[in-house]
Amino acid sequence: MAYSNKVLEHFKHPQNVGTLDKSKKSVGTGLVGAPECGDVMRLQIEVDEATQTIKDAKFKTFGCGSAIASSSLATEWLKGKTVEEAMKIDNMDIVEELALPPVKIHCSVLAEDAIKGAIKDYQEKNGLEVTVEVGHH
Amino acid sequence: MNKMIYLDNNSTTPTDPRVVDTMVPYFFEKHGNAASRSHPYGWVAEEAVDYAREQIAALINADPKEIIFTSGATEADNLAIKGAYEMYARKGNHIITANSEHKAVLDTCKMLEKRGAEVTYLEVDDKGRVSLEELEAAIKDNTILVSIMYANNEVGVIQDMKGIGEICKKHGILFMSDATQAVGKIPVDVQDLGIHLMAFTAHKMYGPKGVGALYVRRKNPRVKVTSQLDGGGHERGMRSGTLNVPGIVGFGKAAEIARQDMEKDTERLIKLRDRLETGLMQLEETYINGDVENRMPHVTNISFKHVEGEGLMMTFNQTIAVSSGSACTSASLEPSYVLKAMGLGDDLAHSSLRLSLGRFTTEEDVDRTIELISNGVNHMRDLSPIWEMYKEGVDLDSVKWQEH
Repeated sequence: MAYSNKVLEHFKHPQNVGTLDKSKKSVGTGLVGAPECGDVMRLQIEVDEATQTIKDAKFKTFGCGSAIASSSLATEWLKGKTVEEAMKIDNMDIVEELALPPVKIHCSVLAEDAIKGAIKDYQEKNGLEVTVEVGHH
Repeated sequence: MNKMIYLDNNSTTPTDPRVVDTMVPYFFEKHGNAASRSHPYGWVAEEAVDYAREQIAALINADPKEIIFTSGATEADNLAIKGAYEMYARKGNHIITANSEHKAVLDTCKMLEKRGAEVTYLEVDDKGRVSLEELEAAIKDNTILVSIMYANNEVGVIQDMKGIGEICKKHGILFMSDATQAVGKIPVDVQDLGIHLMAFTAHKMYGPKGVGALYVRRKNPRVKVTSQLDGGGHERGMRSGTLNVPGIVGFGKAAEIARQDMEKDTERLIKLRDRLETGLMQLEETYINGDVENRMPHVTNISFKHVEGEGLMMTFNQTIAVSSGSACTSASLEPSYVLKAMGLGDDLAHSSLRLSLGRFTTEEDVDRTIELISNGVNHMRDLSPIWEMYKEGVDLDSVKWQEH
């Protein structure tokens, strides 16, 4: 299957690969997917408490090229956004940006779930009201 | 397509230039229909087909009359199984096969189940082999056919053909084999093995695509299959349709070359395959799938743990062509059913690559492949959260994964 240039670009040069210190209160981690399903995505955000702005985002993904591109793109989009804004990232935005074919839509769903998972983890750690729902797809 | 390394010879092989050369005259100068009995065009074509039939029969130790030309192995599998089911309907309706067979066999059996057949799907062991005891135990009064593949397309495991042949003979049951991956690559002797029906194809042995054959035994016992295509009654009434003369000529030449070069090719391929395997096994958490004792000389199927196969392929697919056991492109996300049939976990099945070498693979190709795949695996592991967890000593089985 031929990948779009944007997927290839993210795959060749993935942005924000890495690990944030999950013991920090300011860091939220979302881990979604399963090895048996062929993809696991871990997305982390570091939130500035005062402004509720995401100052850093990192990912690691086990999966196909589209899964890696989706998570790489998600981290790019997350940086600089407020938590409120980050919640609004929709998987279809990722599908559109990366021109994912129908069989790869689940990769974008996984990325959206990972974002929400990271926000939920951050909110729970900081005793905030959880305002996202993970895995509603 | 410059400087590509082709390690997907189980999918299809390049047509040997010597084969192409023999085919060319049969497109224009000698374009006759082999069934035209009234003029030299037809005679020339018929002669060429007869010669190819001899070349192919010699490769599998059969009589030329026992070769029925088809469009490929899928058609031959269909003809053998459906044709035998219909021809021997009054003897019974039970077929025995295995769960690691090619879809051309499995789906044909499933189709027959809808038409009233009873099918037993034997489970293969962790090495991919059928147990002779289980096979014999599955035989019943109404069993008419056993269909077991010679060598598996994904892992290259070779079944105990002689053992299966003996059991079939003892019980008076037809022995059909999909030998697509074996014929032309390893010695195949239908007499010695007691095979009654055998499907194979030209394009897996450096011949052209679009032509295959079904071996149908004529003596001890005489076997017949009901034709699945109605028409002019070609191929002893078992397969109607104008013969693909250039294809058949190429198939014949491919068979002749395979027979002549088999020993030399095999020796070279085993060396290259072992070199490739040794190189790749230097990587941590890497496993060879399938029976390494009973295996085709040119194939290896390897799982690189905590790396997803399709993603891994993307790191080098501009340079190396291989196949993955991960089916991330299918909506079901189901990995290889063959690897699963062998009891491999979904995670390892998703992490597998099939590398199949061929006549035109060089040592340089192998060394470059080791380098590129190793780099790819290391890169993908740097990106993999489960590799990181594994390295931190997390028990991955205890993690509550959020399946989607």
